[in-house]
Amino acid sequence: MTATATVTATTAAQQPVLSLRDVRVGSRHRREVRDIVRGVNLDVLPGEKVGVVGESGSGKTLTMLSMLRLLPRPLEVLGGEIFFENRNITDLDERGMQSVRGGGVAMVYQDPMTSLNPLLRVRTQLVETLRAHGAGKAAAHERTREVLGQVGFVDPERVAAAFPHELSGGMVQRVMIAMAISTSPRLLVADEPTTALDVTIQQQILDLVDSLQARTAMAVVWVSHDLGVIARLVDRVCVMYAGRVVESAPTVQLFDRPTHPYSRALLGSLPGPEVEHRAQLTQIGGSPPDPTMLQAGCPFRARCPYAFERCAEEEPPLLDRGHGSFAACWREPDTWS
Amino acid sequence: MVLALRTTELVKVYPARHGPPVRALQGVSVELESGRTLGIVGESGCGKSTLARLLVGLERPTSGTIELFGEAIVPSRHRELARSIQLVFQDPYSSLDPRLTVDTAIGEVLSVHGLAARGAQRESRIAELLAMVALGRRFARCYPHELSGGQAQRVAIARALAVQPKALVLDEPTSALDVSVRAEVINLLVRLQDELSLSYVFISHDLATVRHLADVIDVMYLGHVVESGPYGEVLGAALHPYTRALAEAVPVPDPAREAERRVRLAGEAVPAPGASVATEGCPYRPRCPLAVDLCRSVRPELTELRPGHFAACHVAARNETESVARGPEPLPAG
Repeated sequence: MTATATVTATTAAQQPVLSLRDVRVGSRHRREVRDIVRGVNLDVLPGEKVGVVGESGSGKTLTMLSMLRLLPRPLEVLGGEIFFENRNITDLDERGMQSVRGGGVAMVYQDPMTSLNPLLRVRTQLVETLRAHGAGKAAAHERTREVLGQVGFVDPERVAAAFPHELSGGMVQRVMIAMAISTSPRLLVADEPTTALDVTIQQQILDLVDSLQARTAMAVVWVSHDLGVIARLVDRVCVMYAGRVVESAPTVQLFDRPTHPYSRALLGSLPGPEVEHRAQLTQIGGSPPDPTMLQAGCPFRARCPYAFERCAEEEPPLLDRGHGSFAACWREPDTWS
Repeated sequence: MVLALRTTELVKVYPARHGPPVRALQGVSVELESGRTLGIVGESGCGKSTLARLLVGLERPTSGTIELFGEAIVPSRHRELARSIQLVFQDPYSSLDPRLTVDTAIGEVLSVHGLAARGAQRESRIAELLAMVALGRRFARCYPHELSGGQAQRVAIARALAVQPKALVLDEPTSALDVSVRAEVINLLVRLQDELSLSYVFISHDLATVRHLADVIDVMYLGHVVESGPYGEVLGAALHPYTRALAEAVPVPDPAREAERRVRLAGEAVPAPGASVATEGCPYRPRCPLAVDLCRSVRPELTELRPGHFAACHVAARNETESVARGPEPLPAG
């Protein structure tokens, strides 16, 4: 209830930190253009925590990488516009992007070990990042100690002096988060940052993001396939399917009243205390389509129990379902039966 | 009651190049009734994967014994016994050879064990195994990269079933899968267990799935079993503070409940390099909010504190004794 009210109230008052307008990502080979992300719209307000869920291949990671213009070749932004704090960064050159990354936006990846240089001590890498963003030597060292403390290390000096291999996976992921927040970004983009970690460490990291976000009004985009993490952390959820956002809703709305059949099927397939022991769970039949080989109509229709003729003809746009929910579905939830 | 599996005081010590040896298992005794599922939960470093490797004979214990269906595993009969228990790994793509089609991968297992060696017999056995995991004949000619995660995991399960095992050790079999295909693999495991009277050891950190599948749950911490009992008791009325903290740490897909939760853990399960491991007392003491003096000096034994429900905790033991002395709680009226 209040979540919906806040979202609408702030929409009027605040400019989004990040805005994606009909962003398409894919590859171009001679005349052949292949879209993998097929027109994503997303607004993230200052201090807002947005979750992105979807199965592998749904385009969630590519959407995140496109925001920072970090797409691996031969993938590129094929169309649409990306705004960071009202500045169009779609065609910004590499030099311009460097000031955006880290300065305004920071990203944390799923596999922390591959993101740190194994030959350099933690301190060297943190100080280097801060110096690259214009901090003086003494200030950079001071800030390094400070952020390592903020991510929950009892002994920041010992961690700063360590090489990455001397730390556990959870510790390295916290170092990565320390590095990401060290430049006080206005937006933190995190791609499954806790998937490889134990639940106890995950809990520490989620608590940390919560407290940082409350203190600094940093906006967060959190990609995860763990619906528990999404329920725990974010204010609003975007559900992606076959390269598009198929539902966007305040978190409480999405879990209580999903308005897209895919979201509903995902939530309905989870085991939990209210599900009878060893009972057959509700399956989503079939498998997700390859976004580059889509036929006309809704990409979910082959797996959808509510599909009718129109779904084969026309792909639905995001339609307003009330209470802050939007769903790309031709059928209102009350006509599902 | 037939026991599918019993381990007695299993110890596994790995020598380390630097520093003291790693004690992955420090006296683990578990039991599994035939046709049932034993769930094993714990953080990384608790020894659950080491236990899995010992159970299927990939490694030998430093000391202690393993019995499968009443027979002790001894080196001379290792191969024969290995057929009665098979392992299914977390990531199906890395457990399947990318250069082998599905029928070759399954056929290879049949040949190695001298089962349905060739021709039509072999082909029909492969089709039968694929049918068991609800895959059509057309999948026989597929390479792993042509399969979705759920399909690949079903092939891995079919391959494990090729030798007609009586038990499966499932090491995080659904963790690498997308949420949308997890239900299909979970349903398949339940169906196969009923049809083939299989016994499962199900290792996972996904407590919701463990609760759904397991009849009995063992909670492991740094090489020890610290709690053991029926699934509803262990996850619903945990005795050990570690089990409670673990259950509290798992976020649930319910925003209202998430808004309420509090308890948290301090520190990490794997002691940081250079830090010393407590050699005396309770292994969980350095993180335990309830620790008392006794926990520092005496290691608590796994004790039956409620019928069928065991925990290794001095504080839980004292609480249970006190509540027994007070007599049962009066039942609420109505």
